[in-house]
Amino acid sequence: MLQVKGLKIQQGDFALGASFDVPLGAHVAVIGPSGGGKSTLLAALAGFLPLKEGKLSFQSQSLVEKTPGERPISMVFQDNNLFPHLTVGQNVGLGLRPDLKLTEAQKTDVEGALKRVGLSGYSARKPSALSGGQIARVALARVLLQNKPLLLLDEPFAALGPALKVEMLELLKELIVDSDITLLMVSHDPDDAKRIASHVILVAEGTAHPLAEVGKIFSNPPEALKTYLG
Amino acid sequence: MGAAAVALLLFLTFGTLIAVALQSEGVARLSAADWAAVRFTLLQAFLSAVVSVALAIPVARGLARRQFWGRSLLITLLGAPFILPVVVAIIGLIAVFGRTGVLSDALAIFGLPPVQIYGLHGVVLAHVFFNLPLATRLFLQGWLSIPAERFRLAASLNFGPADMRRVLEYPMLRKVGPGAFMLIFLLCMTSFAVALTLGGGPKATTVELAIYQAFRFDFDLSKAALLAMVQFGLCAAIAIAAFWVTLPASMGVGLDRVTQRWDAMRTVSKISDGAFLSTAAVFLLLPLMMVVVRGAPTVLTLPGPVWASVGRSLIVAFASTVFLVVLALPIAIWSTTLKRRSVGAMVEGMGYLTIAASPLVIGTGLFIISFRYVNPASLALPVTILVNAAMSLPFALRSLVPSLLDIEQNYGRLSSSLGMSVWSKMRLVVLPRLKRPLGFSCGLSAALSMGDLGVIALFSDPSQGTLPLMIFRLMGAYRMDDAAGAALLLLLLSLSLFWLFDRGGRTNAAG
Repeated sequence: MLQVKGLKIQQGDFALGASFDVPLGAHVAVIGPSGGGKSTLLAALAGFLPLKEGKLSFQSQSLVEKTPGERPISMVFQDNNLFPHLTVGQNVGLGLRPDLKLTEAQKTDVEGALKRVGLSGYSARKPSALSGGQIARVALARVLLQNKPLLLLDEPFAALGPALKVEMLELLKELIVDSDITLLMVSHDPDDAKRIASHVILVAEGTAHPLAEVGKIFSNPPEALKTYLG
Repeated sequence: MGAAAVALLLFLTFGTLIAVALQSEGVARLSAADWAAVRFTLLQAFLSAVVSVALAIPVARGLARRQFWGRSLLITLLGAPFILPVVVAIIGLIAVFGRTGVLSDALAIFGLPPVQIYGLHGVVLAHVFFNLPLATRLFLQGWLSIPAERFRLAASLNFGPADMRRVLEYPMLRKVGPGAFMLIFLLCMTSFAVALTLGGGPKATTVELAIYQAFRFDFDLSKAALLAMVQFGLCAAIAIAAFWVTLPASMGVGLDRVTQRWDAMRTVSKISDGAFLSTAAVFLLLPLMMVVVRGAPTVLTLPGPVWASVGRSLIVAFASTVFLVVLALPIAIWSTTLKRRSVGAMVEGMGYLTIAASPLVIGTGLFIISFRYVNPASLALPVTILVNAAMSLPFALRSLVPSLLDIEQNYGRLSSSLGMSVWSKMRLVVLPRLKRPLGFSCGLSAALSMGDLGVIALFSDPSQGTLPLMIFRLMGAYRMDDAAGAALLLLLLSLSLFWLFDRGGRTNAAG
């Protein structure tokens, strides 16, 4: 279980408070208006922002003292998920060894991960030779190899067209369906939440609301969500 | 690493200054000749800056609003004086404006006496040759930074040329002008090689030249130290003054755009633009062409000692480039990774100290510190390597720091979320992405170092000189043919070094 207790983050004028628990294996959509603090919340969980106060733990182990790399978290960002000067294979390989000193077996694993996202034989290409959808697939392949229990996605498919986005969400679902990966995905599109999530966290006006089941929250939205949905 | 590099830099700038200050204590005050040197230094810098800025404005305006054949070539050429060795330009300028130069020959046809290049006007001429291009680029940037929409709006409001100047152009010039003026003033204060070759005598001696003479001819260390204090004081005063007007960020990109101007369709402005542009092109190109023309016959038959000096120059260029990287990378990385951006900016600022520091002052200090223990001549090359690296540092930092900030901005979080160690990040992310600016910095440093005629003149004995020093000696011995040949060689070497490093940074730097 991911436990967030009395969390406070201060960024200049902006403050975000959060308290919620996420059960193991839950797929959570983090939704809310832009500027509400969705990305700030994810950045804090991943360890990029210092906490002003509060507790943060996963499986009863505190995460606060851990560096981003030490946390049991893999992350896909809005953009810049791949290093443009490294090949696709190297970018994926970073998920296994951040110094890229891969054994032959690990190289085979890289190929395997690329195959699972439908990019067999792309290993030697540079990211500049890929489409937006393919870049997202490479990022997912790396997440698979990182094999961390928590997966944070910060509007990873926002730059893709609607059809491609649906395709990527389906792929994501397929990739994690048999695992007990706990997923937190930021999105500003409620449909994304309905498509992939079991639960929803609404972040608005500097507050992250507690976890709600996706079916219940949309059928009976609280005031803040009503305002957001319009 | 970063702290050590900054410490070395502080030693070079302020440590040597302290040595100089201690040495100059209790010396007689400045003589009349010294005051004359101070006045001349300020006068020539002032005139050079005024002329460069005044001529750059119409040239930049022409470039900003005209599309013509060779325009991008001319803009590239405007960047060239930056890596052009001073002695090479001097040889070219003498070939054009000297007593036996092209201009004098042309005047002789009309029965007019030949022109003379030595003295104040020669120094100013050379400084304008070097700084007109710089000023032009700065103003061109200024013009192109005015959004095209404003010119369209102005055209639709039926602005005439006078309205255009008042509303759009003067505000830009007031912003760019003072900075360009101060920058050029500062550069002309510390351009030793020009004064060494074209100045001299009681009427045309700069403070730096006086330091050199006190050293080489009188071996009066106290006097040299006193003058070094004066030079430092002058530079510090100008640098502080320059601080008030923001210095322009040079080396801008994207100068290939032309603003469409509806007020510039008149014949008068077409003719004036054409006149300014072609005069500037001739002024910049002719001296370089003369170096090629005069140097070509002798370049392959240069005497042995010249080739030996080529070897030493190459060693100096490569060594100071390596040293530049050793200095610049840690400082740049340190300044960009410090938690507080203001402290980081201060660290970066230390790297810019050498822009106002005089190599001659640093050299004097190093001499005073070392001469009791070692023979200074044996330190000539190491000191040159060190000082040249420190002198290229500001330019290297200016291209490395923004790139590093960019890398951190775009890939910092990704790297740390993947758990990369500091060294893995360096090897896999930072260095590969830094290839371009690093190659550019190395090219700049190698070319500047190759062509440097500064501190080497202070230390070196005649048999151990670099190629620029050799050219200076050949000029002094009136062996102008050999000097031209050697200058052509130096020109080719400097340009090739820049090209090689810059190229190296570009290949495989895809994405």
